[in-house]
Amino acid sequence: MAVVTFMRVVGAAIICLLISAACGNQTSSQVVYRRHVVTIAGSTSVMPFTEKLAEHFMIEHPNFIINVQSGGSTAGIQACLNRTVDIGMSSRELKHEEKSLTEIIICYDGIAVIVNPENPIRALSLQQIRDIFAGVLTNWKALGWIDRRIDAVTREEGSGTRSAFEELVMHGAAIDDGIMVQDSNGSVKEVVATDPYAIGYVSLGMVDTRVVALHVDYVRPSVETILARQYKIVRPFLYLINGTPSGPAQQFITYVLSKDGQKILEREGLIPVYAKK
Amino acid sequence: MPKNRAVLIDQIIKQTMRICAFSSLFFLFLIFLFILIEGLPLFYRVGVGNIIAGFKWAPTKGAFGIFPMIVSSFLVTIGALILGAPLGLACAVYLAEYAGKKKKLFLKPALELLAGIPSVVYGFLGVIYIVPLIRTYCGGSGFSLLAAAIVLGVMILPTVISISYDALMSVPRTYREGSLAMGATKWQTTYRVVIPAASSGILASFILGMGRAIGETMAVIMVAGNALRIPGSILDPLRTLTSNIALELAYASGDHRLGLFSTGVVLLIIIMILNYLANFVIRQKVIK
Amino acid sequence: MRLPPRFVNTLVALLLDLVALGTVGILVVIVCVIVVKGIAYIDLNFLFTYPEDMGRHGGVFPSLIGTIFLVALSICFATPLGLGTAIYLTEYTKETMMTKTIRFGVESLAGIPSILYGLFGFIFFVIKLKMGWSLISGALTLTIMILPTIIRTSEEAIKAVPRSLRIVSHSLGATLWETTLKVVLPCAAPGILTGIMLSIGRAVGETAAVIFTMGSSLRLPTSLFDSGRTLAVHFYILAREGISMEKAYATALVLVVSILAVNILAYYIMHKVIAKYS
Repeated sequence: MAVVTFMRVVGAAIICLLISAACGNQTSSQVVYRRHVVTIAGSTSVMPFTEKLAEHFMIEHPNFIINVQSGGSTAGIQACLNRTVDIGMSSRELKHEEKSLTEIIICYDGIAVIVNPENPIRALSLQQIRDIFAGVLTNWKALGWIDRRIDAVTREEGSGTRSAFEELVMHGAAIDDGIMVQDSNGSVKEVVATDPYAIGYVSLGMVDTRVVALHVDYVRPSVETILARQYKIVRPFLYLINGTPSGPAQQFITYVLSKDGQKILEREGLIPVYAKK
Repeated sequence: MPKNRAVLIDQIIKQTMRICAFSSLFFLFLIFLFILIEGLPLFYRVGVGNIIAGFKWAPTKGAFGIFPMIVSSFLVTIGALILGAPLGLACAVYLAEYAGKKKKLFLKPALELLAGIPSVVYGFLGVIYIVPLIRTYCGGSGFSLLAAAIVLGVMILPTVISISYDALMSVPRTYREGSLAMGATKWQTTYRVVIPAASSGILASFILGMGRAIGETMAVIMVAGNALRIPGSILDPLRTLTSNIALELAYASGDHRLGLFSTGVVLLIIIMILNYLANFVIRQKVIK
Repeated sequence: MRLPPRFVNTLVALLLDLVALGTVGILVVIVCVIVVKGIAYIDLNFLFTYPEDMGRHGGVFPSLIGTIFLVALSICFATPLGLGTAIYLTEYTKETMMTKTIRFGVESLAGIPSILYGLFGFIFFVIKLKMGWSLISGALTLTIMILPTIIRTSEEAIKAVPRSLRIVSHSLGATLWETTLKVVLPCAAPGILTGIMLSIGRAVGETAAVIFTMGSSLRLPTSLFDSGRTLAVHFYILAREGISMEKAYATALVLVVSILAVNILAYYIMHKVIAKYS
């Protein structure tokens, strides 16, 4: 008998689920509850900041739901082209065939080259950084530290930070195959924070006390040096829209570009749009 | 007539059950179909040789070589076997031949619980404890073939133990009694009689352990460092087929994504061969 | 020089004893580390509040609910299918080429690594069926993944039911289905339950197949088509990106303890059944 009851319960549960599935579809199309849903996907570099902006935005607008997904710049651009998301996030410039999308620069971000705090080196030239990632320089001894292999960490293919780094630092030289690969800003930072002999690159906004951002060509990476156009490894953070955005999406973008939104970004170590003109 | 109704219901239910039974085959078919549909076109376009034997993986620049990853996958798997197989076999022998009833009651489930711990937890503990140990005492960054092999070595233990154990238990008692009666010690009996008699099952457990190791993803991504070159030493980082898919899938589009599905096709073929081998080895014993 | 066999015998017995204890030690160490490091950061608040700042602060409530929904759904889908397969294979057919093919299918499904399930779920459910990164995509993918476990354990449980019971039932005029439903299944229920428990354990700990089908949105999923982040995925992201080690250990604790509890319960039920039949 227990089994019969069990089967009945399972059956009932399945029916309930099917009904709820059907209802779920309806509510999203008819907007019965007046919930505005905005879906955003793309660059892992932009994601944490969008998440933060969304948190603040949703406090002020409780009837909004902002779904933020990471996935990488390329995925964000594609999703936006297919219209599977309202807003795409990218941390690299659009390629020629992607230019049908509208770009909205929400802020600028520096890419910091980071090492472990135990590492005494505090400055490198752009050429030295290029040599490390091209696999030419492989030992810290050549840079005046101990005789130990350099554990360089790069990002994976498709990452906006990687393509910005390739363009701004590597100048077309290939990143060596023997270099470690991690798939997000956070995991690159985590490797550098735990391995004294590591070197990597992350969004400047991610730098905290667990890692040290190197001076590049004698310039300290900071908001000031970027604004003064001295620190050169800078890329824009973009929101992408396909055609005219939906009302709720437009409202969120307006919020991001507003003084409040830009303040939040500034507090996170990014360079607001109005500052860099 | 009520009797007829019961028979009718019986028929309907039989057909429903039949559909259920075919669902597994249907799902298997779907999985193959979709991974092949997505993965094969690139083989045509780029060439099988350029993918399987190609050294350069730069999918956004049109290079889809996954040879280093195939080699790395096997290196990691062999490493895991070197560490995990003897240990697993020893545990199985202990459980089957030496452990008392009380001990067995506690040990067997405890060893099987190792299979329940999520792979992300293994990976995490590998990063926190094993990677720094290797970095400090062996050199390199610690994210390495060695770290991956150690983590996977532990992860394949439950597979090796439970299948070897079953094989050892299926050796008839008369074999053992005969050997002991001739004056052999317990170890001589185990080593010369029981293990050879169970050898095909033990071999199958190693092959299935290999399948488990080659298919593991999250733990490997966390500890292996994911570099694209074939590792020159056990302290070098490497990237397996599985980690290649998981690292880049979320990001990929167009040909890049197709390239990852091609990686999936290769992995699927390797896994099917291993499963078939294990099945074949086990069946050999039955025929004997 | 040869060592005396009796000496070798004792030595080996001792060594094997140590090896077995050492291997169990691995389990003990893993569980202890997680418990000791995590226990300080876990309380009811952690379980029932929303995460803030990407999980750096706050709790894991949405992930907890997301995990429960996901696992419940996939068990609901997989149990009838798996049970149906097991009943068909044991009660309704003899060993033929067809049942062999079905068994081969089940074995093959069991051998496919989770990342390939992720790859399949991503292309089929998420993209081709346009379900997006959602609860339902994740649940359907997991359904296929846990199906072999449920089929195998149910089949064994059903096979273990004594033939005499069936013969008696048939001789009383019951149809095959009546016999199965009223005689065989109640006897096999504990074994089937064990299979379900083991599947729950597997589904809760799964990452690779879930992250590409259910996504990683931190929000509470409120419909089948919402994305969500399970505890395992949340733990993976917390640990890998170094967001917060404290929260990572606490999440790991919830994960490991719940999986072990489910597994131990499963073994307990199985043990009871074995004790009953032998």
